Formats: sequence, structure tokens, C-alpha cells
Amino acid sequence: MVDSSLAGRSFPPTSPFGVTADHVAAFAAASGTPYQPGDPAPATYPIVVAFTAMQELMVDPTVGIKLHNVVHGQQKFVHERPVRVGDRLVAELTVTSLRQVAGTDIIATSSRITDEAGELVCVADATLVHKES
Amino acid sequence: MPELSSRTYPVARADLVAYAAASGDPNPIHQDPEIARSVGLPDVIAHGMFTLALAARYVDEELGEPGRIAELGAKFTRPVVVPEEGTSVEISGEWRDERTIALTVTCAGEKVLGNPVAVLRA
Repeated sequence: MVDSSLAGRSFPPTSPFGVTADHVAAFAAASGTPYQPGDPAPATYPIVVAFTAMQELMVDPTVGIKLHNVVHGQQKFVHERPVRVGDRLVAELTVTSLRQVAGTDIIATSSRITDEAGELVCVADATLVHKES
Repeated sequence: MPELSSRTYPVARADLVAYAAASGDPNPIHQDPEIARSVGLPDVIAHGMFTLALAARYVDEELGEPGRIAELGAKFTRPVVVPEEGTSVEISGEWRDERTIALTVTCAGEKVLGNPVAVLRA
């Protein structure tokens, strides 16, 4: 089990991620999503930066998560605006709640994704389910 | 509000390899059948986020324009198992109000997402 003090903990911002036309096109193509140059990025695109923030939580030795025991339980995006090519995005993850039931940690996270001006682009909430091995 | 149709999206293992590369999620349970079986799964499974990306694709295609989704969320309730010959995901939607689409996302006749909902920009 992870330490119960994880609830409420915030992690440092991720390194800025530059959104390129090629990357948005590749992300859209992987799910067959229609995409023309100049279009806004698909609605789930911010997972790319949110996932980096989640990786940092999961590999942090002070947290105590075993990566192979984690599954993605739930995901929600609330967009302030669509992501566009040229954005430089940063994610700051906070553990919003931790429930521990029968050897399972249910870790609710919320990542604020902001642009180079510090303006909010999207909030990506993810629930990670971590089972004791 | 346009009438919403039902769409079927084929899912191949190659799609999961492409999604893993583009999303940065290298978890081998989405690519390697032996590793998937070693952790008790029947076969390779799609990333939950891949399936949610299909749900967003559905909304974009039904509306005929990208960038309309303000909110999108779901629970990952059941894995989408992708055997060597591939599978398919079926998606339909229903207007809950003038900005909210309740989706139904199934694979092999079973719902794979819990309460998938898209809210559109005003």
C-alpha cells in the first residue's frame, strides 16, 4: 500500500512539452481521428502531458507504487480551450484523494495543464488503481 | 442537434502500437500477448485511453467538426481485448441535453466504458 500521506500531495511541474503538427497528426491517426493541419488537437490529446506527470508520480521512490500493479480506472478532461500546434504545455499533478480498500489503493489525481503564458488549457483528472502484489 | 448514428471502429494490434508511440504509454500489456497473459489477461488489451480517443473521434465525426468537446470522461470498466485478428468497438450516442452526449461504447456486445459522456462548448 502507498503511504496515506500521499493524499493532498502536489508534484513539481513537468518539463514544457512543445506541441508539433507531426505529433498531433500521429496521435490523431493512431485512433483514426480525422485531422487536418490547423485543426485543434483531439480532445484526449492532453493525456500526453498528463501521462508524463502520472509517470513521475508512479516512479517516485517515496510514493511506493509498483508500476506493473497499476491500472487506469477513470479519466476526465475539462478543456478551457483546445490544444493547438505551437502550445508549450506543462502539467502539475495533485493527488486529490486516496482510498485504501482491501489491499488496493485508489489514487485520484488532478493535473492542471497550462500553456507558456501560465493560462489554464485543460484539467485532466485520472484515477489510478494500484493493487498490492 | 443532429441525430446521432452508431459507428463501428475496427481495432488492430498495429493501432495499439501506433497509439503507444504517440501517447508515450509503453506498457507492454497493450502490445505483447505473452506479457498480457503473464498478468492474467486473456490477450493484448487496448489502452483505456485508446478507447476514450475513439469516443472523442465518434463525437468529432458525428458533429463533422473537431474541437467542439469541452468535457469528456469515462470509467474504464472492462478491457477491450485485441486478438491477433483484431476486434471492433461500437459507439452510439444520445443527446441528454443540447450540449451533452451520453455515449454507449461496446466491444463484443459488452459495455467497456462506464458512463462515457461528452459535453460540448456552448
